[in-house]
Amino acid sequence: MSTIFFLIQQTMFFTIPLMVVALGGMFTERSGVINIALEGIMIMGGFCSILFINMMQNNLSGQILLILAIIVAMISGAAFSMLHAYAAINMKADQTISGTALNMLAPALSIFMARMIQPSGVQQIQFTNTFRIEKVPLLGDIPLIGEMFFQNTYITTYFGVIILIISAVVLYKTKFGLRLRACGEHPQAADAVGVSVYKMRYIGVAISGMLAGLGGLIFVVTTSTNFNANVAGYGFLALAVLIFGQWNPYRIAGAALFFGFMKTISATYSSIPWLNNLPITGYFYKMIPYIATLIVLVFSSKNSQAPKAEGIPYDQGAR
Amino acid sequence: MKKENVKKKFLLPDLTNAAGPISSITAILVGLFTGIIILLISNPARAFDGFLWIIAGSLQSAKDIGNVFYYATPIIMTGLSVAFAFKTSLFNIGASGQFIMGAYGAVLVGVKLQSLGSFHWIAALLTSMVFGALWALVPGIFKAYFNVNEVISFIMTNYIGMYLVNWMVRSTVYHKLTNRSVPVAESANIPKLGLDKLFPGSSVNGGIIIAVIISVLIYVLLDKTTFGFELKACGLNNDASRYAGINAKKNIVFSLLISGALAGIGGGLLYLAGSGKYIYVEDIIAPEGFTGISVALLGMSHPIGALFAGLFIAYITVGGSYMQLSGFVPEIIDIITSIIIYFAAFALIIRNLLQRLKARKAGEN
Repeated sequence: MSTIFFLIQQTMFFTIPLMVVALGGMFTERSGVINIALEGIMIMGGFCSILFINMMQNNLSGQILLILAIIVAMISGAAFSMLHAYAAINMKADQTISGTALNMLAPALSIFMARMIQPSGVQQIQFTNTFRIEKVPLLGDIPLIGEMFFQNTYITTYFGVIILIISAVVLYKTKFGLRLRACGEHPQAADAVGVSVYKMRYIGVAISGMLAGLGGLIFVVTTSTNFNANVAGYGFLALAVLIFGQWNPYRIAGAALFFGFMKTISATYSSIPWLNNLPITGYFYKMIPYIATLIVLVFSSKNSQAPKAEGIPYDQGAR
Repeated sequence: MKKENVKKKFLLPDLTNAAGPISSITAILVGLFTGIIILLISNPARAFDGFLWIIAGSLQSAKDIGNVFYYATPIIMTGLSVAFAFKTSLFNIGASGQFIMGAYGAVLVGVKLQSLGSFHWIAALLTSMVFGALWALVPGIFKAYFNVNEVISFIMTNYIGMYLVNWMVRSTVYHKLTNRSVPVAESANIPKLGLDKLFPGSSVNGGIIIAVIISVLIYVLLDKTTFGFELKACGLNNDASRYAGINAKKNIVFSLLISGALAGIGGGLLYLAGSGKYIYVEDIIAPEGFTGISVALLGMSHPIGALFAGLFIAYITVGGSYMQLSGFVPEIIDIITSIIIYFAAFALIIRNLLQRLKARKAGEN
């Protein structure tokens, strides 16, 4: 039984950052802007917020510090994503190109700044993890469920779930969501009824920046004790989860959960006796999440639900 | 009247066709300018020294010039790979996986098949080509026949390729003490072709010549053959090309096969360079594939453009590595490169500007 609890807790560590970033990607692509810069934005958000934790941790600690860092991560992610928004929306640039540029800029900039700002001159930013919650009061005592979801966890896990619910409601139940989707499907029509396509796309990119920045922080805090200018390719994996999840919030959550669980097995197989005893090399387990995703895609990709106008700069003069 | 018109045309050359190179050069200038600003912010006193390293550090000695060619070789190949796929409107973000698979193929043959004599390096290089092509074949088939988005399957095959190569290196050509592949046989190294005499002390070898030849071949294939025309037609308008009788599915598979082969050769050229390069068993995706995206974009997805873009990025990288002597972080080069690419994305604006200029001139006439 303890193995199962352990697996569920680990799955959450992998799933939540993937899901949050992929949901961010969903907002930008639904508004019509492809954002392959998610990786770079995660790095930027992670950099700013971990630097913030590093500098404030003598005065603050625990959940207050983490919540402040979350705000820093979201603001910095959104600010960095504006570079992409400006190129993609105002300059009508090729969105793959500016996304690639930001993916390259973020790690270089964060190494450069870390070495400039830190007195030690090193590129890694250390922090003390005072954020882990041993047991949530009351809820942690519930049998089964308490052990699965309310022990050995982080506040960011619950934020992730809340973000999922808010995203789904905003996208499907609000005027804003409808307008955003219209801009990704048929911007000319949206414009004709008075929706500002540029504004909606800016907001879409900004939301993706906020969530990707947050995802960067969540990833670093839950898996490491220092930030070294990378997020282990999670931004690209989130892109895969987004496509796998067919640009739909619940499917994205499912895809992230699937991938997170597979990733958990590949990371923990050696501590699960019956898996470890199988005559299979460890490398195979490491490949499983990626192979499984590919196979599932073969069976689920016949009808792609991609927003129709994604990646095409909106030109008011064009027909 | 007509005569005057001709004269005007002669005086004011039509720049709209040159919009691509013009925007790339503008982007490079903006990137270098930003570099100066960053240098000034971080250390005003030595900023000038630092900038001099970037723009002229590679010209210090014959060794440095040779090393520019050495560094350029693999990224020209991955750049060609990405550019080729772009021509069919496919985004090969998986060049890293194909690159490392190609590298493994080359090392495997280079270590195991020592009886081949003077054909050894050719066999190893051809193996790298085949391995790279096969690694792109799976996403190609998935894309063509199952409509699987190639971006996601390439991301997956990058990871699978990395783990697979780690696994295979460990079980076939592993040197335990150093946690890396064993060195390839002398006969598997690409011939130097006298380049080592020309640029003494550098790691340059015949690989750069092979890369140049392949760039030209790819240019010919894309621009002068029916096959190339069909590939580009599929990229521009899939439905129209199907209507015209082009087998779009087949073209997707072939395009990615060739793209993968190019990235695979890149891996072969680097690991057969005789420069002491080994495949380390670590969980890191080969960065050359991602650099290839930059090279392709800066080269405007044109094979010859990719050749020059690869040389340019290698040029400022070699120069930038000397910047540490002036106390600067070499990552400044990455910052400059990314800013260059960011502004290269604005090509459309520059093209529009040139077109407007042209229209105004026409109006004056």
